[in-house]
Amino acid sequence: MEIDNVVCAFCGCVCDDITVTVEEGRISEVKNACTLGRAWFLGHSSNAHRPSGTVNGRPVSTEEAVEEAARILAQARYPLIFGLTSTYCEAQKEAIALAEVLGACIDCCTSVCHGPSGIALQGVGEPTCTLGEVKNRADLIIYWGSNPAESHPRHLTRYAVTPKGLFTPRGRKDRRVVLVDVRPTPSARAADIFLQVKPGKDFECLWALRALIKGIDLEEDAVADTGVTLAQLKDLADRMQSCRFGMLCVGQGLTQSRGKQMNTTAVFLLVRELNGFTKFAAMPMRGHGNVTGIDNVLAWQTGYPFGVNFSRGYPRFNPGEFTAVDVLTRQEADAALIIASDPVANLPRPASGRLSQIPTVALETRESETTKIAKVVITTAPAGISAEGTVYRMDNVPLRLRKVLPSPFPSDEEVLSRLLERVKELKHA
Amino acid sequence: MLKIVQGEVYDPINGIDGEKRDICIEGGKIVAEVEGAPTIDASGMVVMPGGVDIHSHIAGSKVNTGRKMRPEDHRGDVVPRTNVTRSGVGYTVPSTFTTGYRYAALGYTTVMEAAVPPLTAKHAHEELNDIPLLDKASFPLMGNNYFVLKYIATGEFQKVKAFVAWLLQATKGYAIKIVNPGGVDTWKWGKNIESLDEKANTFDVTPRQILTTLARVQEDLGLPHPIHVHCNNLGVPGNYETTLKTMEAVEGRRIHITHAQFNSYGGESWARFRSKAPEIATYVNDHPNVTIDVGQVIFGEATTMTADGPWQYRLHQLTGHKWVNSDVEMETGAGIVPYRFSKRNSVNAIQWAIGLELLLLIEDPWRVFLTTDHPNGGPFYFYPQIIKLLMSQDARLEMLESVHKWARTRTSLKELGREYSLYEIAIITRAGTAKALGLKEKGHLGVGADADIAIYPKLDDPEAMFSRPRYVIKGGEVIVEDGKVVKDGLGKTFFVEPAYDEAIEGEIREDFEKYYTVTFENYPVQLEHYLPRHEVIPCG
Amino acid sequence: MILITGRSTKQGTGLNKGKDSRDYQEAVRTLEMNREDMARFGLRDGDLVKIKTLYGEATFTCRQEKLPKGMAFVAYGSLSSRLVGGETHASGMPDSKGFEVEVVHLPRGD
Repeated sequence: MEIDNVVCAFCGCVCDDITVTVEEGRISEVKNACTLGRAWFLGHSSNAHRPSGTVNGRPVSTEEAVEEAARILAQARYPLIFGLTSTYCEAQKEAIALAEVLGACIDCCTSVCHGPSGIALQGVGEPTCTLGEVKNRADLIIYWGSNPAESHPRHLTRYAVTPKGLFTPRGRKDRRVVLVDVRPTPSARAADIFLQVKPGKDFECLWALRALIKGIDLEEDAVADTGVTLAQLKDLADRMQSCRFGMLCVGQGLTQSRGKQMNTTAVFLLVRELNGFTKFAAMPMRGHGNVTGIDNVLAWQTGYPFGVNFSRGYPRFNPGEFTAVDVLTRQEADAALIIASDPVANLPRPASGRLSQIPTVALETRESETTKIAKVVITTAPAGISAEGTVYRMDNVPLRLRKVLPSPFPSDEEVLSRLLERVKELKHA
Repeated sequence: MLKIVQGEVYDPINGIDGEKRDICIEGGKIVAEVEGAPTIDASGMVVMPGGVDIHSHIAGSKVNTGRKMRPEDHRGDVVPRTNVTRSGVGYTVPSTFTTGYRYAALGYTTVMEAAVPPLTAKHAHEELNDIPLLDKASFPLMGNNYFVLKYIATGEFQKVKAFVAWLLQATKGYAIKIVNPGGVDTWKWGKNIESLDEKANTFDVTPRQILTTLARVQEDLGLPHPIHVHCNNLGVPGNYETTLKTMEAVEGRRIHITHAQFNSYGGESWARFRSKAPEIATYVNDHPNVTIDVGQVIFGEATTMTADGPWQYRLHQLTGHKWVNSDVEMETGAGIVPYRFSKRNSVNAIQWAIGLELLLLIEDPWRVFLTTDHPNGGPFYFYPQIIKLLMSQDARLEMLESVHKWARTRTSLKELGREYSLYEIAIITRAGTAKALGLKEKGHLGVGADADIAIYPKLDDPEAMFSRPRYVIKGGEVIVEDGKVVKDGLGKTFFVEPAYDEAIEGEIREDFEKYYTVTFENYPVQLEHYLPRHEVIPCG
Repeated sequence: MILITGRSTKQGTGLNKGKDSRDYQEAVRTLEMNREDMARFGLRDGDLVKIKTLYGEATFTCRQEKLPKGMAFVAYGSLSSRLVGGETHASGMPDSKGFEVEVVHLPRGD
């Protein structure tokens, strides 16, 4: 059976034109997806062999696992709920309700991906647009610290570089593509211009561009040690000012390297100032699945997009105080609930190590580094394959994930809802 | 079942002006009689239908970006959870749970989300579902929509009409919202439109054509609410002429001008800024096809957020404050800039006066409504303050003395002696708005109405009175007691389902697939997933 | 040497097959360096190399790639995360990219 218009939630592109063929209880073919999306759909076997849950490695039913998880969380003094990337909004809402009842910290992968972009938004705002504006109008695309060929392959082909749009009828020919990065990645092949900046020197380059845009004369030594020459920056500034519609796509190269939110602030200020000359927009290249979704749900329910704490009975926000890496590294969390994410693999060891020392509950669809150390594991149905719900694209456009395969396991939403109920009972007892 | 006895009832739709009457409730509706029901003794209290807010920004992508952008807005106004209510944050862009609870705590039971980009309609509905207690609806933005402009340009009225009907169904929307018609489309290349006869960018159509066509579409489709218009040139000195021309353009068809205060300005520059509220009021008085809501300014913090991208950019340039812009493919845009209205600021003082002038000079309270364009003019929490200023000339004069003198010299406010009665307040905050929206079961207490009722203590100070209702009832259940929420719950979302020629779907598909970045099939809002409680309001 | 961690196609597709899958494991165990740096450390393609920081160490397999001098790249994952510290300078974000590492060539035959 062929199912059209399926939504892929592997990366922030959230392509919704995927066709999936389902045969004998598995996905046998995928059309239109990029190599990552293909792997995502095809890689999800039914996982039927996995136990519904484990407690201390011993297979248990979902109910038993939920009961033990509720017990752990209800008695914790400073629990941390983390992850929520590869799941859908309706499940994320349950997690937030649970965090409120527990007085927990709730943080999502944003804090280790585009938190710095969120912080820059708070500082200076952000001129942006939806991806269709890029497709239809942009004639200058700059990827800064981003390697879309490997992280968001269809960003190039569906949205930003090759597609033909309303005012870009010739597609690639109507555009100039600039890549700024510390190393020549496969994305450089798609670019007209590649600027190799030295690690940790993006801020200086961005600031110099701001000066050039404002007509301030700079000497070569202003960009000394950046790896980029003044002439190259002048050329880029010129292209930025004289394009019809420019787009600056911000990658982890800016958010995760020296400067972090200073880098993203520099980008948003530069783009803002370019709007004095022409039309220009910035776009954080949001990464995994529904990380944009959790930002959005947290923001509308609590006022803040990540790093939220409920210890006082109301939401508080403070990066560095309530964000997961900090709460774990400082050994403050005494229990953890990890949902649809693998922090033991991805967070720095001083943080992830804490997850092995405290009772950790993991909601996951398959084996991961986190499930290996978790005291309680609850197997859930993979979002977008066997569980449906809302997902947000990197530009905040909402779409609905479909359910294309049945699963023997409950959805994240169902498990979290049961956990919430049980925790409420335990807390009242 | 419930019975409210001994209250002083104000029910303007049914002509009741302060009579002592019993109100009987059963099955969530007002009924003629009820036996053995628990009673609320409303002696010494004023009973009104629940408030109906005709224009507010409470749900959707730009509201949420406003929240994300302003952590400083939230920190000083925290809302702890209770046994009954979820926690949240307040101030100018409150979180969703807090939004619902605070409106309810003021006695409001129905609120309209004023501006939703169709592409992100699912987001607006998700947020509306997290706004407790209130009934609500949303207005999809259409005045800069690719297909609307395209079919106006080709002169194919029937296609505009079919498209609008299709779009209302696809977004589960309630009314045609128009913001800076033609201007937001032109802003996509960084420019704006300054007169009704300038052409927009993507298709050579003018604001005048957009307004006249959509007014005609609204009438033909029999939509319950007129076109809801944020005029061109919002915020610009001298813009009152644009507003007059906008009202004239629809040639007698129904039109609702929203936050009219921001479009009632005289003077060619900030230095010569002055009120033209009398001119606008005169026109409204003479033209019964026009309704307006004022967009009253409240001194203090605000967050400006509209689909009017060029205006928002301009405000950023004027203030230097942080600025968000977000253009939405094929449809519309958005801009957000934090702002603070100051008593000592000459322009802000005039703006403040203008909102009140409009409310006092427009004679028919059924056609002028109380809003702050929340959060653009200020948070909705201050509606009671505005009510006091309308009911007491003394209160107005006292405040006039405390603001910049241009409010006294460049507006007519100090001469205006009119004082609103409770009956008239009930009209501008509930009866009139419900009627203008075409919500026949809201805004009144006659048999068959939804049992949404606000019971206020009768106090000399209207601000104190309207700030803290003794009881608020929603669908027959007490949800607020003494200003505090005592019951949580989810209200309904209203939408319209005008009939349309389905051929339009085939017509738009080609361009849709070429220029949008989502598939046609994934675009519409799915009723069963996004509107768990809903009601269709009939057209015609 | 400066270490850059990031996504790679193989890591992305591999992680969909499972973190224990060969694709994923290969992706996160492969350290890319340029020819001159490899020569400097006496490394050949396929050699094992230990990378150390204040926070931990991990063993990778070398592969020659076009990279600037003094820079190595690895797909982020369970190995690279051992090398990153938990200090976020009040941003919530650790120093995940562009940090200094020590390179220890493991003798062949180990």
